[in-house]
Amino acid sequence: MIPTDLTGPAFWFPLICAAIIALAVAMYVVLDGFDLGVGILFPYFPQEVQRDQTMNSVAPFWDGNETWLVLGGTGLFVAFPLAYSIVMPALYVPLMLMLLALVFRGVAFEFRWVAKPSHQKWDIAFAAGSTLAAFCQGLMLGGLLNGIQVDGDHFGGGAFDWFSPFSLMCGFGLVIGYAFLGACWLIMKTVEGVERIARRLARPLFVTFLIFIVVVSVWTPLEFDRIAARWFTTPNMYYLIPVPGITVILAVICWRGIVGEHPSLAFIGAVGLFVMAFVGLFISTMPYLVPPSITLWQAAASPKAQGFILAGMSFMVPIILAYTVFVYQTFRGKVRPGEGYH
Amino acid sequence: MDPNALILARLQFAFTISFHIIFPAFSIGLSAYVATLLVLWKRTGQGHFHRLARFWTKVFAVSFAMGVVSGIPLSYQFGTNWAHFSAVAGNVIGPLIGYEVMTAFFLEATFLGVMLFGWHRVSPWLHVTSAILVALGTAISGFWILSANSWMHTPDGYVLHAGIAYPEDWWRVIFNPSFPYRFAHMMTAAYLTTSVVVLAAGARYLIRNEFEAEGRTMMRMGVGMLAILGPIQLLLGDQHGLNTLQHQPAKIAAIEAHWEDNGPADLVLFALPDAAAEKNRVAITVPHLGSLILTHSWDGRFAGLKDFPRDQRPPVASIFFAFRLMVATGMLLIAMGLVGVVLWWRKQLFTTKWYLHFTARAWFLGFIAILAGWLTTESGRQPYVVYGILRTDQALSPVSSATISASLTLFVLVYCVVFSIGIYYIHRLIWNGPKGEAVKPTALPEGLPNRPLSVADKPTREASGQNPHPPGHATQQREGSRPTDLSTRAPVVGPPPDPATPYPDGTQSPDQAHTPEGLRPSGQPAHEPEETPPSDPAPHDPEEPKS
Repeated sequence: MIPTDLTGPAFWFPLICAAIIALAVAMYVVLDGFDLGVGILFPYFPQEVQRDQTMNSVAPFWDGNETWLVLGGTGLFVAFPLAYSIVMPALYVPLMLMLLALVFRGVAFEFRWVAKPSHQKWDIAFAAGSTLAAFCQGLMLGGLLNGIQVDGDHFGGGAFDWFSPFSLMCGFGLVIGYAFLGACWLIMKTVEGVERIARRLARPLFVTFLIFIVVVSVWTPLEFDRIAARWFTTPNMYYLIPVPGITVILAVICWRGIVGEHPSLAFIGAVGLFVMAFVGLFISTMPYLVPPSITLWQAAASPKAQGFILAGMSFMVPIILAYTVFVYQTFRGKVRPGEGYH
Repeated sequence: MDPNALILARLQFAFTISFHIIFPAFSIGLSAYVATLLVLWKRTGQGHFHRLARFWTKVFAVSFAMGVVSGIPLSYQFGTNWAHFSAVAGNVIGPLIGYEVMTAFFLEATFLGVMLFGWHRVSPWLHVTSAILVALGTAISGFWILSANSWMHTPDGYVLHAGIAYPEDWWRVIFNPSFPYRFAHMMTAAYLTTSVVVLAAGARYLIRNEFEAEGRTMMRMGVGMLAILGPIQLLLGDQHGLNTLQHQPAKIAAIEAHWEDNGPADLVLFALPDAAAEKNRVAITVPHLGSLILTHSWDGRFAGLKDFPRDQRPPVASIFFAFRLMVATGMLLIAMGLVGVVLWWRKQLFTTKWYLHFTARAWFLGFIAILAGWLTTESGRQPYVVYGILRTDQALSPVSSATISASLTLFVLVYCVVFSIGIYYIHRLIWNGPKGEAVKPTALPEGLPNRPLSVADKPTREASGQNPHPPGHATQQREGSRPTDLSTRAPVVGPPPDPATPYPDGTQSPDQAHTPEGLRPSGQPAHEPEETPPSDPAPHDPEEPKS
């Protein structure tokens, strides 16, 4: 699994690249997660002003959030072209559906205001686009964990290989998860009616999301021997005990945020839960980029290509993170009804 | 290999990228134009520069959003449809695209937020800087993507191992032989395209006798850019052609419908090339001119299509006609620029009716030239996807034609519906024009923002010309629209509204400055308050953040 014959850059560059791509994907899941979640919850806000408020709470950020998706995709292309050229055809159908769904919800941010007062179609486009995008991302996650049939150096399976009960479950799980994240975001960023509805929605979503986490945690080791071996053999078990431990603590924090008064505790807890779920999946699949056959070292671009991109990443990623903080800082604070961002 | 899958995958890429290129080409030029306007406004203090900057920012926001959503699928299509291309070329062009994402996309996305929504949240200085950074971001994006594309035409600085390209020398990869020409040619094309749109918009306003100060400025700037960039573009195109002759002679032979190298080449003005018979059916030619243009000598020779094996020739007819369409459009633009300068010099630019009417309808010419140019160069690379390294029919993913045709159908449906609506909104925005009050650059630009985040939605509402909310709704909501606790808010920029001062649009309510566009009772203009000058434009307002 972990190559013993590789030394120096050939060993370390793929590892560092994988870590940076994992960071990009995690940033994407958390950041676009909450704004997709806001879209998923859109129908639960009956009044138009409430919908305006929920949309306003994410409008300045969504563009930057989606850029992390591009970084994740191109990062895989750049650093692991072999994995990219196998995974993308394998997940063709859900990926294309996701991209089209993102078109609808992306333009809805702009077009919804045009159509007023008959803007219902863009409300639907925003909610349906967000939900479909989230569901497709879950299908892709499930399809990837399921394993991809590789034939030599290319995808050897069929167009619907990704389809399975497990991937469907992941699809529903991610819709619920994003909705939960979105609810916690709205608790933090909105007031009055919207905040009340968000708090009410957050409780069942929290419970359902935790159930999904538990189900995935039980299902994956039962279904996939390699994942069971990763978690339930010594000494791995002792090292990995903190993962469920921290998750439980975060769940408690999150719940207190939902039922309590603190505006941002629920969101912080929810982000933490997502990060821990992501870490758990990362541990389960490492070192495979294309489970169960291609490791990140096998899929790696040449050290020269990885070194070139790492040189750029080492100073660009911190700058990008600084931008991101800057924008969230500039548009911080709660959005009041009709007030936008002041 | 499924031949249907190949043609469908090519159609899908051609369709999605052709739709996409319209928006970035416009955004590259427009972002630079907005930044220029903002700098001019800061330096001269003339209000119409500010109105123009705000106006074009709205158009930019809508165009940019469509560029983003149409661009994301492209970065994934390399893998979904062209997996073998990704495996073969990924080591080399992957990092170039990676650098584009890191150095350009995040720069644009972030400072776009500040540019659109930060008119009142950041200092004017930072706002102008953001606009410049967005313009810079679009240009950097062009740099990397054109470098990657040029490498596919003229690969350099790599070695092949087992059919996979590995980078050897990054400098030679990035600055591959055709890159400087392609970059200069495309960026100039983007700025030209935007200049034509700006010129057309200005001419429309002058025809309608509206927004005259803005219309004249737009026309002057548009004509000036055309007159300067048009001839430069001709020169760049010529140089690019020489470069192509050196590196991709088959493409030049196809462009010129030049079948046999049997003496000094004619210039084929028009012909019906017949690839099967290897000759031109009807042809109007000018002796020696082909040699003169391509070799810069009277008797120069260059390879004809018959010098290449049939299976290495690009498709002749589409390249031949697309190239002529590009050149003809380009010549027309140059003529528009030169005629405009002559009229300007005679002080007739704003009064010559036929010129106004012609330019007002000519807004799309730049886009035509860009699409035709890309069709020429990309078809001219065929049958290779990476010239000399990987043939297009070998680059495909192992996906079925059914899958690709299903996704192609969806792409066509979604793009046609969604982007047609978007282009219609841009049209309406331009039709409605740069309304609003003049603003001094020494003060913060305007009164309190109503919805600073929604520059992009405001234009669309303006475009619709509708009041977004029913009046009953609005009154009900306005109760809660005033924040009760100022201290908990994020920094308030700009002076608070003075209840005693009537607003220029005749309304008395200071609340309007707080009230979002959509929450205004009906019967009031849908566009005014955001443009309303502050009642007290003092820059030293106590609530202004010290930035």
